[in-house]
This record gives sequence, C-alpha cells and structure tokens, in this order.
Amino acid sequence: MAITQLSLFLMNQPGQLMDAVGAIAKTGSNIRAMSIAEANDFGILRIIVSDTDRVLSALGDRFLISKTQVVAARMDDRSGALFPILDALNQANINIEYMYAFTGAGPEQAYVVLRVNDAQTAEQVLHAQGVATLSDETLAL
Amino acid sequence: MKRYYQPEIETAPREEILKIQNEKIVRQVRHVWDSVPYYRHLMEEKGLTPEDIRSVEDIRKLPFLSKADLRDAYPFGLLGTDLKNCVRIQSTSGTTGKRVVAFYTQGDIDLWEDCTARALVAAGATEEDVVQVCYGYGLFTGGAGLHGASHKVGCLTLPMSSGNTERQIQFMMDLGSTIICCTPSYAAYIGETLAEQGYKPEDNKLKAGIFGAEPWTEEMRQSIQKSLGIKAYDIYGLTEISGPGVAFECEEQKGMHINEDHFYVEIIDPDTGEVLPDGSRGELVFTCLDKEAFPLLRYRTRDICVLNRTPCSCGRTHVRMSKPMGRSDDMMIIRGVNVFPSQIEAVLLNEGYAPNYQIVVDRERNTDTFDVYVEMSADQFSDLMGQIQRMEKGLESALRTMLGIGPKVHLVAPKTITRSEGKAVRVIDRRKLHD
Repeated sequence: MAITQLSLFLMNQPGQLMDAVGAIAKTGSNIRAMSIAEANDFGILRIIVSDTDRVLSALGDRFLISKTQVVAARMDDRSGALFPILDALNQANINIEYMYAFTGAGPEQAYVVLRVNDAQTAEQVLHAQGVATLSDETLAL
Repeated sequence: MKRYYQPEIETAPREEILKIQNEKIVRQVRHVWDSVPYYRHLMEEKGLTPEDIRSVEDIRKLPFLSKADLRDAYPFGLLGTDLKNCVRIQSTSGTTGKRVVAFYTQGDIDLWEDCTARALVAAGATEEDVVQVCYGYGLFTGGAGLHGASHKVGCLTLPMSSGNTERQIQFMMDLGSTIICCTPSYAAYIGETLAEQGYKPEDNKLKAGIFGAEPWTEEMRQSIQKSLGIKAYDIYGLTEISGPGVAFECEEQKGMHINEDHFYVEIIDPDTGEVLPDGSRGELVFTCLDKEAFPLLRYRTRDICVLNRTPCSCGRTHVRMSKPMGRSDDMMIIRGVNVFPSQIEAVLLNEGYAPNYQIVVDRERNTDTFDVYVEMSADQFSDLMGQIQRMEKGLESALRTMLGIGPKVHLVAPKTITRSEGKAVRVIDRRKLHD
C-alpha cells in the first residue's frame, strides 16, 4: 500500500532543480509532493509524482534516481493532528528518517509523507489507529 | 596462434642483444655527433668525442636530454637528418608545456611500426583479426602507431579515431571487432556505455585490448577486462622516442618488454642522475639506437619505474619495465606529501567506485586544499542524505590510509567530471596560478 517516492541527486548549482522539474513537466506527470534535502555540494530532491514509471524512464538516463517506498498518512488539517501519528509509530519502535507534509485536495485535509525504516509495519500501525494512508493507485488519480 | 612478430630478435639470447646494442651505439653516437650540433655541444662540454663511446657500458658517460632541451631546440635543433629525408612529424598534446615535435624518416616509421606490431601480435593478433583503433589520429602518435602496426600484421584495420562512442559501438558490433586499441579511460567508458545500452560482455567479439597513453592501475585492468570480456594489454611509449610500442605486455601481463634492439634503457636516480642497479625504482631513460631523424640519446622520460631482467615465460628475452608508478610531472606535493593520481585510482576501485574522478588542489591561507570529486553510480545512490555522507567519509578515510594525508571527498552525479574522450582530466592544480 505504501507509495513510491523518487529521489533525484542534484548538484548544488543554479539550474539543476529547474532542469529536473522541466524534465518531469515534459512527461506530463504531476508532482504531488516534494522536498529537498541539501548538503554542501549536492541536494536530494524527493518527489511523489502521479506517474512514477513514466518519470523514471524519462529521467533515468540523465539523473541519479532511486525509488523508495514511503508512507503517506492522511490527517486532519488542524492543530495537534500530527502528534497521535508520531506517537503510534514511536510506540511501535519505528524510526522516522525524514518526513514532509502537504495539504490535500479538501480544505480539511493534510498528508504527511514519512520515510521510515519499516514502511509495511508503519502502515499497519497507522491503520490500527484509524489513520488512512495513500497508495500509488490513489495518487495516480 | 602466432606468438611473436619478429621471433628471432624478440627471443634472441641476451649476449646477442648486447652485441647488437654495442654495434648500434657506436654508429648512433657518431651519427648524432655529425648531424646534431646541439648534442655535440653537450658532449663537448663534458670533453667527450664519439671515440669515447665503444659499447653500451659507455652510455652513462653521455649527457642527458630532457624536455627542457626539446623546448630549447624547438623545432629543428635535434633533427638528425635533412628535412628532405623526413616523411612525417608527430607531436605531443603539449599539456605539460610546449609541444614536442618529433620527425621521422621512412626507416624510423618502419621500426616504430615493427615495435608496435610486436605488441599487437603479443596480444594475439593475426591477419584474421579486426582491429578497432580508437586512439586519436593526427598529430598524436596513438592512432598512427597502432594503425601502422595493424597494417603490418595484416589485420583488418578500423581507423575510428577517438570519440563518437555511439559510432564506435556500432562498428564494433556490426563488423565484429576482435581487438580494440585506445586509452584505458576510454575503454572503461565504452564498457560503461555498452552496459547502459543493455549489452553483456559476451555480446561483443572482442578478445583483447591494447591500452596506453595514460597511467592505469591493475584494478582498472580487472574492471575493463570484466566489462568488455577481454584480456587487457598495456603498451608504453612516448613521442620523443617514437610512440606507442617502446615497450609492451605479453600474455603474462607482468611488466612490459622493452624493444631493446632499438631502445637502450637505464634507470637513474632522478635527483643525482646516477645509474641505479637493476631492481631499483627510478626514472626511466632511453637511448634510441636506430632513429635517424630524431635520434635522442639518454632522454629522461620523467616516468618512475622498476626494470625486471628475470626471464619471462613467454619466451621473450627483452627486459621488462613495470607500469610507471607515477610521472614526476604528475606527482603532486600536497602539504609536503607526494601524491600520485594512480594511488587515488587504486583506492577508488578497491572501494567499489568507477575510476571517474578529479583531483583539485588549491591554496587557501597558505595551506593546501585537497579535494577529490568522485562519480557515484546509480546503485550507490540512496535517498538518505546520511548514507551519502557516510560513503564520503568512508572514502576519505581509505584515501587517508593510502596517501598519508586526507582529502575532502565529494560524490557527484555520473558524467559530470570533465571527461575528454581521449585523455581524462584528472588533476586541476590551481596553486600554479598563484606563482
């Protein structure tokens, strides 16, 4: 059920991000969520796109790309909504490597993308708490 | 399979080789004295006349020639015959200073191509073979040397020159090339490109490669042999002495046989100029015994090597030289420590990286900075920042162990390091700009 995130290695130079985003635009795939981690020399662009395979085949020759399974949990867009999610994962001893959030289609909803050490268990834990998660199929819509 | 191109001389008893050298040196010193005033003056300064040189034992009395002499005498000062007797020039890239222009008579070309043909046959070439020459053609000796050798052996010659990798691969596959000749870095690049296009090593018909013109390591040999499915042979040469084929590897792949019937070799202490005993590590010095147009005597190559005179199981009796362990031109002194790019390459291959790297040395606040940029492959890349930083630290520590000083390692995206399809740009030393 977890969703597929693409990570792109980009040199920390002007124009690199623009090139990547331009190449994704050409595939017609929509970027649903993104975040950038940066170091001195390079950055890692992490994206959730509507058509992972198409982006991968179009950009694979030009960029270093890795595919990772991440969990996209749906939550209410209000104060205090994130806490029970993290609390549940913590109780299951699941470590979060990194995360980023985006607000959803409706005004009341937000999503948090979690990169954890065990995506499958994390989803089970969240489902048990009544937290809904997204799948690649729902994202493609 | 034919094992030798010129079996009589390649397997001649040592006494016979010495006899040939003794005869040739007397004649050659006389030739240089009579025709090269530049060298004659150098001999006169040492109080020497041709009569003082009666055998190769006396060669150590002769003055050295170095790159500086070639610069001073440029372009005609070391010419050993009338220009009307010359049929060709070749030239170096000029990366370490002024270009070297070397002249050749037809006889010089013939002996050079004979030497290179010995290398080709040692790599298994017969007239059945299809030889793809992807060394640069033109002034560079690489293309011309292997091209001539391939003709001499009677192989089908593909004069591809360097670059245009798509076309290289198309010809390789369509015409069934069996032997490829190029720089080792280009061979590695072709191997990578073949893999990217979905070819397996057994999909090509190549059986051997002859690689030279730049330093490479044993680890790089293993990786090229694997990616192309071939046996990779080293070849050594320099434009000043003739070109590729001054020395070449046999099937043993344990050192390169120097063509001693044409080139007399010495190992010297680079600081004192003293001739060192066999087995010592020192600078390689060549004396051309036959060359007419560009007859250099005691030319200092700047290459640091060891000679091995133990008999080789291939049957060749000519002395073997090690791979150059470094070039005094290439050697960097960083924070007081000697660093050769070949050492860095060995570490990268050991640690599972492709040998695509660039060294940048600079100086900030009177301290040398030392940065190594290394291309990462797709299977090494992870979405975790920490993972990449751990890989950088791991490489830094492996390099510190090898070199004695620690560089800062930067992992970069594939194909971002300046890679000319001829010679790779390995070192950028910005300190020189401040001098």
